[in-house]
Amino acid sequence: MKFDTVIIGGGLAGLTCGIRLQNRGFKCAIVSAGQSALHFSSGSFDLLNELPDGTAVTNPEEAIHSLDKKHPYAKIGDKFPFYAQEAKQMLLDAGIDVRGDSKQNTYRITPMGTTMPTWLTLADFNPLKSSNEVIGKKILLVNIAGFLDFNTKFVADAFEGNGAECKIISISLPEFEKLRQSPTEMRSANIARVMENENTLNALVSQLNEKAQSFDVVALPAVFGLSSPEPIQTLKQKIKTPVCIIPTMPPSVPGIRTQKRLRRVFELAGGFYMLGDSVINAEIGDGKVYNVSTVNHGDIALYADNFVLASGSFFSNGLCASMDGVAEPVFGADVDFDPNRSTWYNASIFEAQRYRTFGVATDEHFRIKVNGKIQDNVYAIGSVLSGFDALQEGCGAGVSLLTALYVADNLKK
Amino acid sequence: MKDFNDKNNEFDVIVIGGGITGAGTARDCALRGMKVLLVERFDFAAGATGRNHGLLHSGARYAVTDKESAAECIKENMILRKIAKHCVEENNGLFISLPEDDINFQSKFVESCHAAGIDAQIIDPAEARRIEPSVNPTLIGAVKVPDGSVDPFRLTLANIIDAKAHGAKILVYHEVIEIIKEQGRVIGITVVNHKTKETHKYYAPLTINAAGIWGHGIAEMAGVKVGMYPAKGSLLIFGHRVNNIVLNRCRKPADADILVPGDTICLIGTTSSHVGFDEVDNMRVTSEEVDLLLREGQKLAPALATTRILRAYAGVRPLVAADNDPSGRNISRGIVLLDHETRDGVSGFATITGGKLMTYRLMAEWATDLACKKLGIDKACVTMSEPLPGSRGEEPLPKGKTYDLSNRIKRSTVGRHGDMASKIASDNEFDNSLVCECEDVSVGEVQYALKELDVHNMEDLRHRTRVGMGTCQGELCACRAAGLLSEAHNCAHQAKADLAKFLNERWKGMYPVAWGEALRESEYTQWVYSGICGMNKMEEK
Repeated sequence: MKFDTVIIGGGLAGLTCGIRLQNRGFKCAIVSAGQSALHFSSGSFDLLNELPDGTAVTNPEEAIHSLDKKHPYAKIGDKFPFYAQEAKQMLLDAGIDVRGDSKQNTYRITPMGTTMPTWLTLADFNPLKSSNEVIGKKILLVNIAGFLDFNTKFVADAFEGNGAECKIISISLPEFEKLRQSPTEMRSANIARVMENENTLNALVSQLNEKAQSFDVVALPAVFGLSSPEPIQTLKQKIKTPVCIIPTMPPSVPGIRTQKRLRRVFELAGGFYMLGDSVINAEIGDGKVYNVSTVNHGDIALYADNFVLASGSFFSNGLCASMDGVAEPVFGADVDFDPNRSTWYNASIFEAQRYRTFGVATDEHFRIKVNGKIQDNVYAIGSVLSGFDALQEGCGAGVSLLTALYVADNLKK
Repeated sequence: MKDFNDKNNEFDVIVIGGGITGAGTARDCALRGMKVLLVERFDFAAGATGRNHGLLHSGARYAVTDKESAAECIKENMILRKIAKHCVEENNGLFISLPEDDINFQSKFVESCHAAGIDAQIIDPAEARRIEPSVNPTLIGAVKVPDGSVDPFRLTLANIIDAKAHGAKILVYHEVIEIIKEQGRVIGITVVNHKTKETHKYYAPLTINAAGIWGHGIAEMAGVKVGMYPAKGSLLIFGHRVNNIVLNRCRKPADADILVPGDTICLIGTTSSHVGFDEVDNMRVTSEEVDLLLREGQKLAPALATTRILRAYAGVRPLVAADNDPSGRNISRGIVLLDHETRDGVSGFATITGGKLMTYRLMAEWATDLACKKLGIDKACVTMSEPLPGSRGEEPLPKGKTYDLSNRIKRSTVGRHGDMASKIASDNEFDNSLVCECEDVSVGEVQYALKELDVHNMEDLRHRTRVGMGTCQGELCACRAAGLLSEAHNCAHQAKADLAKFLNERWKGMYPVAWGEALRESEYTQWVYSGICGMNKMEEK
């Protein structure tokens, strides 16, 4: 099989790159092993929340000038504001309604009820202007009875800390009885599937209209809108009290919907999405990759002019750590890491972790190296890259989106 | 001065330490009619009790070097199989000889076992491979012994439950800050309640120091010196049960030569090295120790090379120093009971130490015998025949061939709580809903633990139920359990802080082995709790 570009990894970076390339007239294939980080997302996209030294960032466009030259953003350089805007536009064009500004971070509400800075937030949620803003003075906090991955008490504790008054209720609907019979079924995506039924949703709406009358706002877990944003819109229209959706513990219903939507847009643009497949071998010669082979396609190799590695970090198996090193399994690309394992970790789980900065080494065009030799037609994007700690800096989604667009725009046929 | 108006703070005996020795001693004293107070500074089994192999020794390991310990082990082994069957897995053990080992050691080993009363049988290496397929196939000899596995958390808890049932007062998170003396004799203790920060005084004619390695400091408070030798032992837990039979090396005891299956996992250990008293509260496993445990472990079962490691941890053996052995390996593991009245002229105070998990019951018996003598009580010990709660009835294990998830949960709870499992609510689908999918812990089980098993925080809950102990090491179950904790204690703020502490505690055991799958899971956990939940920022607020 022959493509213009083969992208390895079907998460946020891979899909963004694929959509951009299809729109530029490239014929692309995406090889995707399955779930991506979007399935576990917060429903917001972070651009840059903190510098590596811990300094808080309010304006990412300004702050990137303080980043080390190894940081992926430093390679994008002056084009950073442009690509931040392009990324937002790409999501909007894909029908993914987001709001936010790369010059001014806003705040998202976490499943703990606390707030975190962020860049773009899905329209499901209410971004806040400051870290201690409250969504209302009198809040009705609602959970679905038996759903353990949304903790109203934690949320109330945080809201009350900022001066709000909360009442907690849990709602039982007959439709959930079947789910509850199996001990593992009361999870966010399953609940969202039940909520796709209009009658169920209406039953919930009428219960809430009864109970939420004297409140400023009714807060609900993000268990609505698995395949389209419609249930959220229905809730917001039909409940007379303003509605605020709060993220749950994973899996993320809005995240799954975003992933599905991006994939659909890629396919509508003519892209070829190979789900449940993974690359097992690459034919490499003289500074260039000729083809890759996958599990499902066996001998039929995928040929392309260019290859894009968007395989994610450790969790997605884009990087593999062993006792004495870190490797990139698809191309055997050179990886930036410290061979001394005792330097990889901070003993406190909530501190920056050095291992998270490890990743594929690239040149200024994001081209990978194998045994020190630049591969002319292989680019790396997103979390597989080295030079940043996505969690400490709060820049995982931003790096994925911006490097994807940057690489896509600089590919030549 | 003693407050004679308040009888609530007077006891016959005070036991310091909520490890297996203290729990066993409190139970034995209570069974013999004493009014008992047990104080523990953290949770039950928080020290060496919860940080060992969980090996139900047959005694074979000590047969050649320490016949007395070996004989004690096999006797206690047979007793625990009866009185604590819900804590024990009767797995048997193999002592294997590899090509690098001296096969001549085998006959001496078997002879020593028989002399100590241990049923040791030489079996053909091919037979060993058949009964334990994970064993190193290059073995040249094998001896079968009645080793097994024991769950130290369950065992401690069962002793505590029974002590309470016989009137004992149990205070966890109460730390001794003073041993009260009057005219040279110990008459009580002052404790600080870690939750409320209040101090309380309690009085008894006899105080028993069963605080393990921390007993060194307790003895100092009483003005006596017990020469303890802190010997650190590190272990690795694997995510699968590689072996079903305990694997040992047939040689003189050395590093990393025991592989014990238990529940859904298996454990390799241990190392042995001397540490300072300043380190005993903060044991860290080094990269070198991890490398050594893996290298040696693979010689017992080569599959360990490709088995996911869940975590690393270390405990401190409370050995009593005898000579200047730098490894601590040659100090007797025998029981040490010190009557400080005869030894140091300090009456009202005794120390029970040395020994091991296996011989806790015997240690408790000795200590209680001493207490009886001091208090003029004439009542015989019954703990060698009286089953512990959880092991009294026939286990109501669900039978049948059909695969039913609620039966699976039932199996897990019965496994963990024995006949006490009937106290766990499973009346409706809320109670059956799963908190921890790796270990099949239901809402009902968590609520039972919260209500009845002295659970103050997430770590306590983990020890009672195995929440967060499976392959994911508490990714999502931790948050669910913290939610139930906040409901039960009606304090969300505390539960959130506790969740953070719990995650950090899990990480402490994971990072020494965080590569491969373990690093994948860790990155995910960090993604969820730092990235999505923002818990990295919560601590600052």
